[in-house]
Amino acid sequence: MSRLIVYYAHPGQRFSRANRAMKKAAQGVDDITLVDLYHEYPRHDIDVDREQQRLIDHDVILFQFPLFWYSTPSILKEWQDLVLQHGFAYGHEGNHLAGKTMMLAITAGGSDEAYTQKGYQHYPLRTFLVPLEQTARLCKMSFTAPYVLYSALTAEEESEIARHTDGYVKLLTAIRDGQYDFSAAEDREIVTVDDLPILQGA
Amino acid sequence: MTDFLLLAFVFLVAGIVAVPIATRLGLGSVLGYLIAGIVISPLLAALGVDVISIQHFAEFGVVMMLFLVGLELEPRMLWEMRAKLLGLGGLQVAGTTALVMGVAMILGQPWTIALAIGMVLALSSTAIVLQTLNEKGLMRSDGGQSSFSVLLFQDIAVIPMLAFIPLLAMPELMDIAHSGVEAGGHGGDAHADDSHGHDDHGSGLSLVEGLSGWQTALVTVGAIAAVILGGAYLTRPLFRFIAMAGLRELFVAAALFFVIGIALLMSLVGLSPALGTFLAGVVLANSEYRHELESDIDPFRGLLLGLFFITVGAGIDFGLLFENIGSILVLTIGLIALKVAVLLVLGTIFGIRGEDRWLFCLGLAQAGEFGFVLLSFTVANQVIPQSIADQLLLVVALSMLLTPALFILYEKVIAPRFAQEQKREADEIDEDGDIIIAGHGRFGGVVNRMLRAAGYSTTVLDYSASHLEALRKFGFKIFYGDVTRPDLLHAAGIEKASLLIVAIDGKEAINELVHYVRKNYPHVPIIARAVDRHHVYDLYAAGCRDIIRETFDSSVRTGRTAYEAMGMHPFDAELLARKFSEDDRYILREMAEVHDPEIPSHQNAAYVEKSRTLMAERDAQIYGKGQAFAARNDQGWLPPTSKDVTSLKADHKKSSES
Repeated sequence: MSRLIVYYAHPGQRFSRANRAMKKAAQGVDDITLVDLYHEYPRHDIDVDREQQRLIDHDVILFQFPLFWYSTPSILKEWQDLVLQHGFAYGHEGNHLAGKTMMLAITAGGSDEAYTQKGYQHYPLRTFLVPLEQTARLCKMSFTAPYVLYSALTAEEESEIARHTDGYVKLLTAIRDGQYDFSAAEDREIVTVDDLPILQGA
Repeated sequence: MTDFLLLAFVFLVAGIVAVPIATRLGLGSVLGYLIAGIVISPLLAALGVDVISIQHFAEFGVVMMLFLVGLELEPRMLWEMRAKLLGLGGLQVAGTTALVMGVAMILGQPWTIALAIGMVLALSSTAIVLQTLNEKGLMRSDGGQSSFSVLLFQDIAVIPMLAFIPLLAMPELMDIAHSGVEAGGHGGDAHADDSHGHDDHGSGLSLVEGLSGWQTALVTVGAIAAVILGGAYLTRPLFRFIAMAGLRELFVAAALFFVIGIALLMSLVGLSPALGTFLAGVVLANSEYRHELESDIDPFRGLLLGLFFITVGAGIDFGLLFENIGSILVLTIGLIALKVAVLLVLGTIFGIRGEDRWLFCLGLAQAGEFGFVLLSFTVANQVIPQSIADQLLLVVALSMLLTPALFILYEKVIAPRFAQEQKREADEIDEDGDIIIAGHGRFGGVVNRMLRAAGYSTTVLDYSASHLEALRKFGFKIFYGDVTRPDLLHAAGIEKASLLIVAIDGKEAINELVHYVRKNYPHVPIIARAVDRHHVYDLYAAGCRDIIRETFDSSVRTGRTAYEAMGMHPFDAELLARKFSEDDRYILREMAEVHDPEIPSHQNAAYVEKSRTLMAERDAQIYGKGQAFAARNDQGWLPPTSKDVTSLKADHKKSSES
């Protein structure tokens, strides 16, 4: 059993298909915490104390967002800047996040091919996620392979998004129930709906 | 009646003509009044006017001035001044008295007379010095503060001097001295004799007459306690009661009543009225009625002091002066030199530096109005013979007459030499620079709390006495008064204010205030509250650029909350609300540019034209592109489409192939 919190960040959700569907589905998962950052802080006025308490109260911290300019939407950067305080998240007395796990659930416009050295994005996806990965490490957290939907914009058939969304629900449920195989995920670059490392008997 | 009117007319004309000329020539108002007095003195003599008794009346201006000085001085500041007050003041009085006494003894006076002369001449002129320092804005400088400390000590020292002088009375010495200088003077006998009956300290009525020592002490302490406690606890309900009537003149009357009452009480127990009102002023320095009292009393102070200076000028007995011109000039210049020397030594000891030391030395180098008082008192007590007193009277008057010249010397010769130093120190002198908030209702109150929370010091002015009372309890520093009155604004320090926030109600009052401040203090930035759209145009035309519509922000927030209530995502609601305000402000600014307060809107061609274009723009947005308003709003968040991805891919393919 893990206490799971999902931070959802999408500034233009009226135009979102994949992320909105995923968020809606996540709302149906019981006993996890779901925070829509743009909903809670429309003026970016993040309540640091509340957020830090939330982090203390959970074991797995999952950020769900569309990749914007190879990074997070701005509010998530603001959230990091403010909440991951020295003395709380890092530094020699900042041990509140030690031992916790950070995970990302991201959608990318480009295809899996695009995110290769030969593709038009020139780098593998994980390269763009290095800042977050290192942030987790500095906070003494483990960083597990992200759950990714490529070609989120071209995934024209609703079925692709639906499959990804179903996988998302499975993922969240498995983490909640302690059925997600974090050690198997360690060797992976990313996880997708087709290869979720979920322990049998879940 | 006619006599009185004629007299008032002569004095007023003299002042009105002489002072502006003197100020224009850079001589200061004091010299202007003194010259006016000299010019009208033959006329007054012809009319048989008793100049000295008018002078005693006018000395009440000094009492009022000290009340005003006290108002500016919080008890804490007074306590911080104690070292200067006792050290600097005490040494100045003791040192000058001793030196003058020594010189007088060398000139052949017996020690009792010499000591009395020393005390008379040790005092400086509070009236001239404070008036000049205030006028030149030097009051807050180090030199100004030191001068004030000495003057305050002198005012206090007058009381023990008055008690001490009768002990010096030795009629047998008087005779000797008198015969020695008999040749000296005849002219001024009329002066001192009939004057002591009117003076401040030797008042006919007394509460302490016939009481034993400890009883006197008890009554005296009681009177001081009454002033302090009354000032602290009774004035507020009293002023509130009067404020409720809402009549300006009642407040003026109450302020006068207050000052005169204290002065009366003090003279009844044999204390200095100036000291009493000064104390009352200090007690009220924290009061919310402070600025109102200041602006009410100030005109009276100005007029009475002006009258006082005129009488000093008019009181100079030129007959006697010209008879003894040589010796009196030598005595006067000698006295000034001696006082400067003492002050220079003290200034050095107390670490007053640079130009401030010179301001301190030259400013206090004259003898003062209390000298007149003491002289008449000494003559009445047979301490100093009349003939010597007459000459001393001339020395005192002449030294006062020369004071403006010394200030000019300071300003034109000494200060420029230190000008560079002054530049460096200019920052710390500036104690004012408060933010003035006009109006402390629901609107101004929030602004005040925000500014205070950020550590800014504010001066708040409000016209509602009951409102103030409630806020006082929460520890706010708020003053009573009508901000649209220039004198109150002035008393609140608008000249040096770093910002004015107009938070009062009423379009007309706001306009009046903004116009007045823009015109007279263009350097003070204004943030003004606008009642509605058209009021924004008025304020814009008045030159105000920071205009806040009083209900706009809350309306926008209400609209935004309504969006949310209808199920819109809060961030979308926020973006839409932002866009709306931005559009609205843009339109308002465009319209304000073409609005002319002199022409009604519908006759203003430019205004009509502008509103047509703006309407068309809006229509195009709303009807032309469907949801253009919302779409424009989402610019940043519109995702790329699959087409974009395809073209990206194609570009990449091309570049990797080549």
